[in-house]
Amino acid sequence: MSRGYLLSLPALVLFAGLLIMPLGLTLMLSFNVFDYQVGVKADEWTLAHYWALVSDAYFYEIFWRTFWISALVTLLCVVIGVPEAYILSRMGTPWRSIFLIVILTPLLISVVVRAFGWSLLLGADGLVNQVIQALGGRPMKLLYTPFAVIIALVHVMLPFMIIPVWTSLQKLDPSAEQAALSLGASQATVMRKIVLPQVMPGVLSGTLIVFGLAASSFAIPGLLGGRRLKMVATVVYDQYLSELNWPMGATLAVALLLVNLLIMLSWNRMVEGRYKKSLGV
Amino acid sequence: MSRNGPLALGFHAMVVLFMMAPLVVVCLVAFTPENTLSLPTSDFSLRWFHAVFERADFIQAFYNSLILAFTAATLATLIAVPAALAISRYSFPGRNFFSALFLSPIIIPHLVLGVAMLRLFALMGVNGSFTWLMLAHVVIITPYVLRLVLAAAIGIDRSAEQAAESLGAGRFTLFRRITLPMILPGVAGGWLLAFINSFDEVTLSIFVSSPATQTLPVRMYVYATESIDPMMAAVSALVIALTAATMILLDRVYGLDRVLVGKH
Repeated sequence: MSRGYLLSLPALVLFAGLLIMPLGLTLMLSFNVFDYQVGVKADEWTLAHYWALVSDAYFYEIFWRTFWISALVTLLCVVIGVPEAYILSRMGTPWRSIFLIVILTPLLISVVVRAFGWSLLLGADGLVNQVIQALGGRPMKLLYTPFAVIIALVHVMLPFMIIPVWTSLQKLDPSAEQAALSLGASQATVMRKIVLPQVMPGVLSGTLIVFGLAASSFAIPGLLGGRRLKMVATVVYDQYLSELNWPMGATLAVALLLVNLLIMLSWNRMVEGRYKKSLGV
Repeated sequence: MSRNGPLALGFHAMVVLFMMAPLVVVCLVAFTPENTLSLPTSDFSLRWFHAVFERADFIQAFYNSLILAFTAATLATLIAVPAALAISRYSFPGRNFFSALFLSPIIIPHLVLGVAMLRLFALMGVNGSFTWLMLAHVVIITPYVLRLVLAAAIGIDRSAEQAAESLGAGRFTLFRRITLPMILPGVAGGWLLAFINSFDEVTLSIFVSSPATQTLPVRMYVYATESIDPMMAAVSALVIALTAATMILLDRVYGLDRVLVGKH
């Protein structure tokens, strides 16, 4: 028993010092008084930043935008990722593993590189606009719009949806599908009654991951949203590094973490309840 | 054999195109001979790659990232392997809490970790120091090593260890000669995954690095917000090439599909 503690000791020391402590300090910082002349007053406490968070229309707009962009990105990831995972699972070898790797490897390439790739495609004279012009349309402003941010976020998040759906599809017994078909069920019925219930847990965990990551994404809105289209993470960055109002930045960061955790937990609880009910457990 | 209809395959082709397009475009634009961000039409040029190698700040940032990722991944492995062994084979009060704590950086936004570390480092007066930047990276990449080593440690057959122990092998010999070789694919795969994640990390690093310790992704991020020229494409193409090389290595030692989708 004591060897268990001994072996985890290095990790415990590191995580106590560099995870629990800084998070605690940031929570404290969010209650500190801030003065533009003297900076952070570490021994004076206030709720002013939290009040600003709920009363200031600017922050309301930022949180609302972050929420709808993340929700839309999540929806698009479900609409694209679930059929794609199903198509992949129905492929034969070796194509299945080849395409799985092709689709998932962008995950390991720096998000800055991927954001830059999208800025090349969506720029004023980028490839997309060239295609539009070649087809006789007028070039559109795509970069620095919600459209660019959403497209790039879907690109970054899609693997996080495909992975859990793929994993739950692996547990699907193909003979169940065949049995249903041979008993006269239509393709649509097989989808609705056999495939979808099986992949639901995967879709739900993918939804959680994608929403959480999208809501806190920084580099994509930072590079593709431009100066005007801010999301929570880029506003936190501004508060810390240009406004230098650290307590306000800390408040936003704490709120982001809490809202994220709250949405994840309640979503988890809601779907768990429904999932159990539908299985009759 | 494929059981997909033409409609499904068309959809699949669109998804593959969507996933590949930004990476392919970056690699093509990197070879442009022009001064603007354009696809090379008639001839390819290496001028923007030469331009990268003349930028001392990018070279410095690249070395920073390389050393950072190497040391952070190594330290994370040294910390995660004993922790994984403790969690997988000893039962002690707080074990579940430990494993949740050590895996938690995966679900805490890097932005939140970044501002939290900035506060701590500023209070300690060490912000911008390479050592503390490296330790911050260790925290965020330890979960990746831990997950892979845990999966390896849970799957091994304990009888070889018991045999060695009954034959009088010491604890360290036991670990070095029996346990380590058996969990080695998990350890090596975890190290590589940690290396890639540290090398790519931008959100946390942007808060806790100084101009002297700036990492390559941070340098690229800052450069891309200021100006966009084909040199950025050349740097990106180099990053893609390096990541691809690491991924091939990862595939050899652990299996890329196992790392990505957790297949065993």
